[in-house]
Amino acid sequence: MKILVPFFAVIALVLLAVIGTAANLHFLFGAVIPYAALFIFIFGVIYRVLKWAKSPVPFCIPTTCGQQKSLPWIKQNKLENPSGTLHVIGRMALEVLTFRSLFRNIKGELRDGSKFVYGSDKWLWLGGIAFHYAFLIVLLRHIRLFAEPTPAYLYILEAFDGFLQIGIPRLFATGVVLLAAAAFLFLRRIYVPQVRYISLAADYFPLFLIMGIAATGIIMRYFFKTDIVGVKELAMGLVGFNPVIPKSVGSIFYVHLLLVSALFAYFPFSKLMHMGGVFLSPTRNMVANSREFRHVNPWNYPVKVHTYEEYEEDFREKMKMAEIPVEKE
Amino acid sequence: MAKFTAKPKDLIHIDFKNPRTGWMDTPVDIREHMYCHPTKAKDLETVGFPNIHEWRPADENWNLPEDWKETVLNGIKERLQKYRSFHVFMDICVRCGACADKCHFYLGTGDPKNMPVLRAELLRSVYRKYFTASGKILGKTAGARELTEDVLKEIWYYYYQCTECRRCSVFCPYGIDQAEITMIGRELTNLVGLQLGWIGGPVANCYMKGNHLGLEPHTIKSNIEMMLDDIETITGIRINPTFNRKGAEILFVTPSGDLFAMPGIYTAMGYLMLFHELGLDYTWSTYASEGGNFGFFSSNEMAKRLNSKIYAEAKRLGVKWVLGGECGHMWRVLHQYMDTWNGPADFLEVPKSPITGTVFDNAKSAKMTHISEFTADLIKHGKLKLDKSRNDHLKVTFHDSCNTSRGMGMLDEPRYIIKNVCNHFYEMPENTIREKTFCCGSGTGLNASENMELRMRGGLPRANAVKYVHEQHGVNMLANVCAIDRATLSASMDYWVPGVGVAGVSELVGNALVMKGEKERTADLRGETLPGKEGAE
Ligand code: SF4
Ligand code: SF4
Repeated sequence: MKILVPFFAVIALVLLAVIGTAANLHFLFGAVIPYAALFIFIFGVIYRVLKWAKSPVPFCIPTTCGQQKSLPWIKQNKLENPSGTLHVIGRMALEVLTFRSLFRNIKGELRDGSKFVYGSDKWLWLGGIAFHYAFLIVLLRHIRLFAEPTPAYLYILEAFDGFLQIGIPRLFATGVVLLAAAAFLFLRRIYVPQVRYISLAADYFPLFLIMGIAATGIIMRYFFKTDIVGVKELAMGLVGFNPVIPKSVGSIFYVHLLLVSALFAYFPFSKLMHMGGVFLSPTRNMVANSREFRHVNPWNYPVKVHTYEEYEEDFREKMKMAEIPVEKE
Repeated sequence: MAKFTAKPKDLIHIDFKNPRTGWMDTPVDIREHMYCHPTKAKDLETVGFPNIHEWRPADENWNLPEDWKETVLNGIKERLQKYRSFHVFMDICVRCGACADKCHFYLGTGDPKNMPVLRAELLRSVYRKYFTASGKILGKTAGARELTEDVLKEIWYYYYQCTECRRCSVFCPYGIDQAEITMIGRELTNLVGLQLGWIGGPVANCYMKGNHLGLEPHTIKSNIEMMLDDIETITGIRINPTFNRKGAEILFVTPSGDLFAMPGIYTAMGYLMLFHELGLDYTWSTYASEGGNFGFFSSNEMAKRLNSKIYAEAKRLGVKWVLGGECGHMWRVLHQYMDTWNGPADFLEVPKSPITGTVFDNAKSAKMTHISEFTADLIKHGKLKLDKSRNDHLKVTFHDSCNTSRGMGMLDEPRYIIKNVCNHFYEMPENTIREKTFCCGSGTGLNASENMELRMRGGLPRANAVKYVHEQHGVNMLANVCAIDRATLSASMDYWVPGVGVAGVSELVGNALVMKGEKERTADLRGETLPGKEGAE
């Protein structure tokens, strides 16, 4: 169920786009839906981030993963236990750009029924890194469709990306990597028992969507060549808020576009928001200097305490007997 | 309740197979020896906790207050607005599973609901149902579920099988910290009167009497006097510490466990000897006689209420700064919470060692320094005369407490001390120490006796790593800087690795410390004859 429902949801989206184009609803699928999706994406993400940001951070709770700053001759681990803003920036950069914490991953296993062993396990890190970077580059490559003239950096990017010159058009490695990495993450979800057990429909849905997007993209580029000039015309029209619907673009393109729209519209309602959330995670983005500088809790309020005077009332005689000084004789 | 009799060789058969049914369709099975008894009503009354009522975890009916559901849901809502951590952690988990096998309770039980990610999902599913659009509309497909009595019981059961150790948080790509979620989950259970005896009792004690164990002022003094007698027997030196003395330079605060039972008292003897040898101008307090904070395991407010005594007492006595003893969660609280709750402590001065002149800038605002920071500095400056050979009968390894490692980062100070007071020191395997250290398995108020199976299972990964160095190097002493460790690891060593003792770092310091005017020592602080000194007396 957890797998089938999202799978058929994606299939339904594909069929919807095919039927839609057959029924000549090009404008709906080529302009209205993409605009709506983008609108939902932008405002949804902003709304979610603002909502998080509205909740204060009452305590300084970084997870310290290295030696603290204490005595001058003890070497502090500034990236894992940051005592200054620069250190935090470094820590966050490592986290966001290299998936530092995932890189730490070790797998715990009980061997011979009596010994725990912990081996390094970097597959998830590799899959995650490949997936995210491939996605990013593919996304950047698409800027070509929205910009005239094509920005120079795209040529550089494409030169790297397309180093495998397999016939024409150039084979971009990232598209394939994206598909492969998404497939790996999917298979991992099915085959690793623990991960399968914790997975929800909401974990499969974006994977199916992205696999669909990558597959249709690859098909368009290498198999059923879509009229790229037409696509660019459409894209430029969208950017200029003057949508044009070229006749020459086939339904496979609309499938691609609808899946992308679905992904964008789905984004703010889903776990995909981890993209924004990672920056707001207090265990990672705070300076671990809570004894050095006071962290203020905006909702700190006075509480009922048991004062020394009350304590002495309870124990005065016993204290005196034991020759412990008291305030009131 | 039947006695817990399972043998280690049986307990270690851990079944990592998941149930056939999905986790939402697998009802919670509240098992004997895995949970703690509820607290006494009078303890909760002492501190004014809400919805006090009689209930038993094994019963079908928990006598929940009529509006329990509303109370819990409002509690969630309030905390989403108060804690960004909670709000973000409810939303961004991608269920990658990186945290799954990082929890000692999962490794020790094989129960999938002990994977940190599922522990979080138990509550997250409720969050989705009532606080997100997709959960409201799509229900179970979106991973959402109704809050029912069974769901509440399940949350209760598993949130008291988490020691808030933060190991999962180290490995999570977004730093999702189940400790944070557990704290909030436990607050929710407290709102409807579901508190453990081992938390409620110490909390009430600490509130009224100043410490978890409920030691009254004269008892604190007499307990310490007994230690002084022992010290005199061993060293020939009579020490005279002061209590509640105004005008002392330093207030010393340590967990009350150090004043009560073995092997904690040996650590306390270490403190007493060290301070005497330095001629430190310090005082004990019977009012602020607890460094630890079991309030931290029930609610943020309760923790603040208990913690307030430290600064209040420092102010009343007019000391310059506060020195803290060895304890794990105590230091999470002191390092990350105290100043925020009860500061600013502007009536104190920045801690400065009167012996070396070192200013502890890292505690500039909170004004409280850890005994290991203090001692390491003394050793570095050559202020202590140490005879390492007095620890030669010990082959030592060091257990990082969860909180001092992942909620503070004090990793090298205690190691430096140990290396200077012991000749034989061996580290446990790399993936089980420092920031990756394993919990003792009984923290956060779970150190009761009725949940012994849970404790031994949770303590297994730590014990297993000790066993490794025990077999490889003959390690026979597990050093640590935590009063709870000293109690709980003793039990788990006896169970899993017999022959390994447990000692506070300051005990090892006390053994090695050469004191002015002492007689030739023939025994260590435990009164055990030193090698080569047999028949010396
Ligand atoms: S590691 Fe973090 S994101 Fe991954 S499953 Fe665990 S809590 Fe969720
Ligand atoms: S905080 Fe520790 S005990 Fe709790 S879920 Fe995480 S790893 Fe397990």
